[in-house]
Amino acid sequence: MKHTILVNKYKKIVVFCNFVLLMFVANIVLAEIVESNVTATVQQQTLGAYLTRAGNCKGCHTAKGGMPFAGGRQISTSFGDFVTPNITPDRETGIGDWSQEDFWQALHEGKSRDGRLLYPAFPYTEYTKVTRQDANAIFDYLQSLPSVPQINPPSNIRFPFNFEPLLYLWRSFYFKQGTYQTDTSRSEEWNRGAYLVQGLGHCNACHTTRNLVGASDNEILEGGQLMGVNWYAPSLNSHMEAGAGGSIEEVAELLTTGISKNAVASGPMATIVRQSLQHLSPEDIQAMAIYLKSLTEDDSNVRSGVEFSVMLRSYRSQMEQGGQIYEQYCQDCHGVSGQGVPGIYPPLAGNRSVIMDSPLNTVRSVLNGGYPATTKGNPQPYGMPPFQQILRDQEVALVISYIRNAWGNNGGMVSAVDIDRIKGGK
Amino acid sequence: MREISQVMHFILIGFLFIAHGVFAAENVTALVPDTMAERVKACTICHGEEDKLGRDAYYPRIGGKPAGYLYNQLRNFRDGRRYYQPMAILLENMTDAYLWDIAEHFSSLQFPYPPPEQVIISSDEVKLAERLVYNGDPARDIPACSACHGDILMGVEPFIPGLLGLSRAYLTAQMGGWRNGGLMRGKTPDCMSEIAKQLTDEESNAVTKWLAMQQASGDPSASSALLSELAHRCSSIVMDNGAIK
Repeated sequence: MKHTILVNKYKKIVVFCNFVLLMFVANIVLAEIVESNVTATVQQQTLGAYLTRAGNCKGCHTAKGGMPFAGGRQISTSFGDFVTPNITPDRETGIGDWSQEDFWQALHEGKSRDGRLLYPAFPYTEYTKVTRQDANAIFDYLQSLPSVPQINPPSNIRFPFNFEPLLYLWRSFYFKQGTYQTDTSRSEEWNRGAYLVQGLGHCNACHTTRNLVGASDNEILEGGQLMGVNWYAPSLNSHMEAGAGGSIEEVAELLTTGISKNAVASGPMATIVRQSLQHLSPEDIQAMAIYLKSLTEDDSNVRSGVEFSVMLRSYRSQMEQGGQIYEQYCQDCHGVSGQGVPGIYPPLAGNRSVIMDSPLNTVRSVLNGGYPATTKGNPQPYGMPPFQQILRDQEVALVISYIRNAWGNNGGMVSAVDIDRIKGGK
Repeated sequence: MREISQVMHFILIGFLFIAHGVFAAENVTALVPDTMAERVKACTICHGEEDKLGRDAYYPRIGGKPAGYLYNQLRNFRDGRRYYQPMAILLENMTDAYLWDIAEHFSSLQFPYPPPEQVIISSDEVKLAERLVYNGDPARDIPACSACHGDILMGVEPFIPGLLGLSRAYLTAQMGGWRNGGLMRGKTPDCMSEIAKQLTDEESNAVTKWLAMQQASGDPSASSALLSELAHRCSSIVMDNGAIK
């Protein structure tokens, strides 16, 4: 009897010891799981932060001088003024109640959480190419941000575009849902570049011609005027415009620092460089440059020169007058023969942005001036003065006509009426 | 013999090549000075050193103003709190660090002030203006201009601007902006707006006229000159930006 009790007691001790041991082991395993989960979460958020930059979500979802990602920025289009929503994890005013699935539905299918169709001012026509994995990472990152309770005013969409069933129709014509498909005939780098340019980078949201219903005519980045901002986003596949002309290194330099030997990113593109591109890894920038460069391989897109209607006699006198203005105001920086200074003041001779059909960007640069983006690679950029403060429209027209046609440039004349019209835009 | 001449030839070509590279590099640096003055040429076509554009020009003098004040204004223009589109476009893609460099550059410039503006003013207006400038109107909670902008009205380091050496057109526009709440937008509960709204049209006119006709001289006062009570009243200016650099 005593023996049995002893045995029982012994058994209990063994069971207890086993239990303690088990808990100990379990604890270690659990701790490791938790730890690896924490690392995984951090990794996921770091990746998400990076991809969020690549997609420049913050650029649109932050009002001027406002709280990051809390929305409220107004985007003017020919269909009305869109106000971007709050995408911080605030439950009331942001997307705190969303799941990964909801986010995927918005990004990939262009549908809000409640099933409402989204307007393509949110570029889901491009974001649809993003993989589920990347979308999840972006979502996890956004959910890790500080909540900002901020109610934004509603968008003001004009009739008839505010009639939502029209969106069904629009989508059936112009929205091709689906993630990026690898082109197996191309390198891995090229495909990575294509994935970023076509998807998250949504370059085609600007570098495209839009038809009457705001749909991009195609996916080949052939350039077009930006809605509501009065800048022209040049073609990226034409040698006549911004098609990657220089070396891959030069393209990469422009994208990373905002300025290269022969080119400078100005206007909205400078903003994209500052907010997004300068933060991308050298590998991704290289991949994008390789892809962009490949777009110019087929040069059937060369456009015919502009026909200008100015009479020959007046042409000569205009060139003389324009030359005098150039000498007085421009020559100090851009040089006697429009050669510029590499990496500081862009050359004007042979500059495709100056010569291209649309004089819009050149006119804007002369009128408003501007600085290239302040970036890590170019922390103290040199700037262009806003000449509308001291030159009349007629003088601006003359000097732009001059630089579009001097030193072998062949870009067509512009008139004071053109300048006035462009001033009318925003 | 021939081999030696070939080698010499190569050396010569190599030398020329290097020399050309060095020359080209020097040429570039010689053309474009690596200075802030060169970098802010876009600013100085309007805010020029000499009074290029005549007395009527709207562009205010920025040289010699306190750096903190200039930095605040640059940030306000960039972020849309102070609305003037030509400035907003120029500053759009600049970092705070670069704006600070620019503010310091202009703050460090010393050039002579222009002679005061010729203004027709009645002796009653002079009396009214001097009373407001040096004593304010305590009954209406209007502090003296000199209490914040310094005894000699040349500003107080680092955030408060001077009031002299500015054209009447600019002063009137700023005062109008403060009074209508149109100069600074957003959440800044700025003290200057409260003060300007208290002024009558007559008082506002008298003060701007009087300021425009004073000869500017001297430097901004040291920061200790600012009364703590007024620093508190204008805390939005001082505190939000206390941590520059």
